[in-house]
Amino acid sequence: MEIQDTKSTLQVTPRNEDKIKKIWKTALILLAITVSEFIMAFTMDRGILLYTLFILLTIWKAKYIMMEFMHLGDEAKPLFYSIIVPLIFLIWLVIALVKEGSDIFLMRW
Amino acid sequence: MVVFVFISAFKSLKINLVHYSPMSAHSTVIEASTKRGVWGGGNEPLKASYGKLMMWFFLLSDIFTFAAFLISYLAIRVSYPAYAGAAETFTGSNEYWPVPELVFEALPFLHGVHAPLIFVGIMTFILIASSVTMVLAVEAGHRNDRNDVVKWMLWTLLGGITFLSCQAWEWSHFIHGTDGGSMLTYVNGLGQNVSETVFGANLMVNEYGPASFAQLFFFITGFHGFHVTIGVFLLFLCFYQAAVGIYDKRGHYEMVEKIGLYWHFVDLVWVFVFTLFYLI
Repeated sequence: MEIQDTKSTLQVTPRNEDKIKKIWKTALILLAITVSEFIMAFTMDRGILLYTLFILLTIWKAKYIMMEFMHLGDEAKPLFYSIIVPLIFLIWLVIALVKEGSDIFLMRW
Repeated sequence: MVVFVFISAFKSLKINLVHYSPMSAHSTVIEASTKRGVWGGGNEPLKASYGKLMMWFFLLSDIFTFAAFLISYLAIRVSYPAYAGAAETFTGSNEYWPVPELVFEALPFLHGVHAPLIFVGIMTFILIASSVTMVLAVEAGHRNDRNDVVKWMLWTLLGGITFLSCQAWEWSHFIHGTDGGSMLTYVNGLGQNVSETVFGANLMVNEYGPASFAQLFFFITGFHGFHVTIGVFLLFLCFYQAAVGIYDKRGHYEMVEKIGLYWHFVDLVWVFVFTLFYLI
């Protein structure tokens, strides 16, 4: 019964159409990148060039999701850097493990 | 530690659940944070609330967990030769890594139709769409617009449930395998060397590629699916609390924002899983 007693006391602000438009625009960009990845998967030859393009497009999409959807860009600068800077370690992890994997490949075959 | 940080993100949620128990329903709700002094936790470092900060640091730790999984995938992937023959004559073997578009090519209700990557494309589209409706819910939360929050939360919830259902089908198809299977020579659980036709996949052997192909598939998409499942529970909670007016009484819709962060993260991880598993 306490649930029924929930008349809103907050002031509702009207929609900001520009903001909503921007959200849909970001969504369209994400969709367009995904579709182009699809097309590339079927039209281009498999190889290091295609894989590099895939990874770059993925990071580009990740940037849009983190900046536009998660609003990381609008946070205070120290918070922004405390999330972004630790990711530098991952670059080394990629280099180290891919090198390791290709060495295993050479040993095995 | 990670679990603690994750739970900390929902601190205000716990307080309000206590307030809305029948016993204290008619007692005054005390706004704890505004009455606190600077040294009592009243200030907000980094201009973000405690819960939001904890959510960000939880997500950072989760990024590392998923990155460890995905980079391990990459390492094991390059340690095997890739399938280099024609697409028409592809058969699975544990000697080389399979081509994803030749493994993930089935559609529900359309048995035998060759539709490479179509189903996983639909799944990706559903998850991105649910991320968009989530960001619209967060935007409505900033405006204290309960009707819009409830509407967009419901769409997001539907998207999450649809994605999980799709993944259940994808797993089921992956486990049961194709009609023909693949002829493989492998070491079985008893340590014997066997040659037989293998159908589907388990953690020991699979018809698509080396054992680690299915192992990584199960672990990475499974761990992601586990995150989506938790996300769906949180979305439902948020949808319910918004609908009954709990956030109106609390005075802000920050919970929508925090759960939104988590949901976008799930989408973010899927973007990487999609590239590494289904494209490369």
